[in-house]
Amino acid sequence: MELNQLTAHELLAKLKKGQFVLEDILNSLYSRIQTVEPKVKAFVRIKAGERPVLNPSADALLGGLPITIKDNICTAGLNTECCSRILEHFCPPYDATVISKLKNAGGSIFPFKANMDEFAFGSSTENSYFGPTHNPWNLTCVPGGSSGGSAAAVASDEAIWALGSDTGGSIRQPASFCGVVGLKPTYGRVSRFGLIAFASSLDQIGPITKDVEDAAILTGIISGYDTNDSTSVNKDVPDYTRSLGKDIKGIKIGIPKEYFIEGMDSEVKGVIQEAISKLKSLGSILNPVSLPHTQYAVPVYYIIATAEASSNLARFDGVQYGYRAHSDNLIEMYKKTRAEGFGEEAKRRIILGTFVLSHGYYDAYYLRALKVRTLIKNDFDAVFKDFDCIVTPTSPTPAFKIGERSADPLKMYLSDIYTISVNLAGIPAISIPCGFTKKGLPVGLQIMAKPFNEEMLFRLAHAFEQETEWHKLKPKI
Amino acid sequence: MGIDKKTVEDVAHLARIELQPSELEKLSRQLHDILGFIDQLSSLDVAQVKPASHILPISNVLREDKPHVCLTPDKALENAPGKSGNFFSVPKIIE
Repeated sequence: MELNQLTAHELLAKLKKGQFVLEDILNSLYSRIQTVEPKVKAFVRIKAGERPVLNPSADALLGGLPITIKDNICTAGLNTECCSRILEHFCPPYDATVISKLKNAGGSIFPFKANMDEFAFGSSTENSYFGPTHNPWNLTCVPGGSSGGSAAAVASDEAIWALGSDTGGSIRQPASFCGVVGLKPTYGRVSRFGLIAFASSLDQIGPITKDVEDAAILTGIISGYDTNDSTSVNKDVPDYTRSLGKDIKGIKIGIPKEYFIEGMDSEVKGVIQEAISKLKSLGSILNPVSLPHTQYAVPVYYIIATAEASSNLARFDGVQYGYRAHSDNLIEMYKKTRAEGFGEEAKRRIILGTFVLSHGYYDAYYLRALKVRTLIKNDFDAVFKDFDCIVTPTSPTPAFKIGERSADPLKMYLSDIYTISVNLAGIPAISIPCGFTKKGLPVGLQIMAKPFNEEMLFRLAHAFEQETEWHKLKPKI
Repeated sequence: MGIDKKTVEDVAHLARIELQPSELEKLSRQLHDILGFIDQLSSLDVAQVKPASHILPISNVLREDKPHVCLTPDKALENAPGKSGNFFSVPKIIE
């Protein structure tokens, strides 16, 4: 196996033994990028043959290992454009808290940023200003989104591991489509300082990795209270690697009946049922449960998320940073800048969000959505009184074809039907590889747990992973 | 509740986004469909439910009012599309 194919914990063990040096890992990554990047297009603003140097502190915890970062997380001195024209040439003057934490732990920031849907608006990475990323398992399919670049880079071994962000499934759904591990931490577990905001009450940064152990390591590093984010929670961060290698005998798992309904791909259903049987054979106790307000999650999400986005994106007006259209009149300058700077989906969401917040519609849409959000959260609270976790598919279908859903926004929004409730309820969830369709597309299993119980996710996910080989399979690109 | 072209036009103005006629046409249609889908929420009785504007029980997070290091004017202006001295510059507002 080449070095770029290994997991971070495997590389760290070998680095410690002195079996190779950091430079060897970089050589292997750059050579892989040269071969497959023209087909996968996981990175943005990449120039052929370009090979920036890293200056890591090689003796710290992470030994200088490079980490790939989504284009909406601020990296000082390294362009961060949210894959939008409106942030063209934006070079942050500061690091996001997660970036400082990675650097302090001895990680190096990989100099190519990962592709994404513009401002994380999407489920396919087709909404990027730089063009779509291709799924490493089938280049005619989408990698999922919005963190499609991060997931595709990890799946194609162009990255060791990566960070993404998840507002309605943007880490878990691409992880599922690309056959890798992706975790959305509890809301407030990871600081959002320096994450360019989409929907502030839903956004969380999280890891996309080749296995569960790497996800546990990376989550441990980026978690924790931050005075720069008043919504981060002052709560000790456990050593998540201690949740690995434990048995799952007697763990109570709920299977929500509302997640196994019409619209679910029959092959996905089969794969998930096999995964559930596997969990049972490992000694966990499975029972059907009900999350009765599941069907309302998508409509609630597209009110709350767009409302918050319309407010957050008001700052992109051609004054302080990014693209500015020319006009001698200020209001016209704003309007032209935003017309030319935002892509189609961004405009759609800003206008929808502005509408649901506007006078005369606020009560009927926004306020009502906040109330239904309470009902959705109550559903989870009720189930978690009797259960340790909930297991579902991550997505109702495997990766779909590029272009297949881009003309129909509503159809695209429904791709997130299994992931959105988790963000609305603020709970943590992980997606792990659990099988493939006959055509060779990966299927992801989603595990949800109580707030701040990421340990339960790692424990269950790791126990499953140790009994299966799905995470070891590599795409032929 | 639906949405017509005139409302989309007004909202786009509030959002400071200029729309081409073809965009307005398409967007009005799409938003109409999306809002039609969203309308299923009106079937729920939420009269007695409290809104969840936030999922954590956090309110009024305060910090000590002490001076701290912030961006220098040079750094803050680094990305500005228009600047003049220590200021961002924009088209004239007052006639």
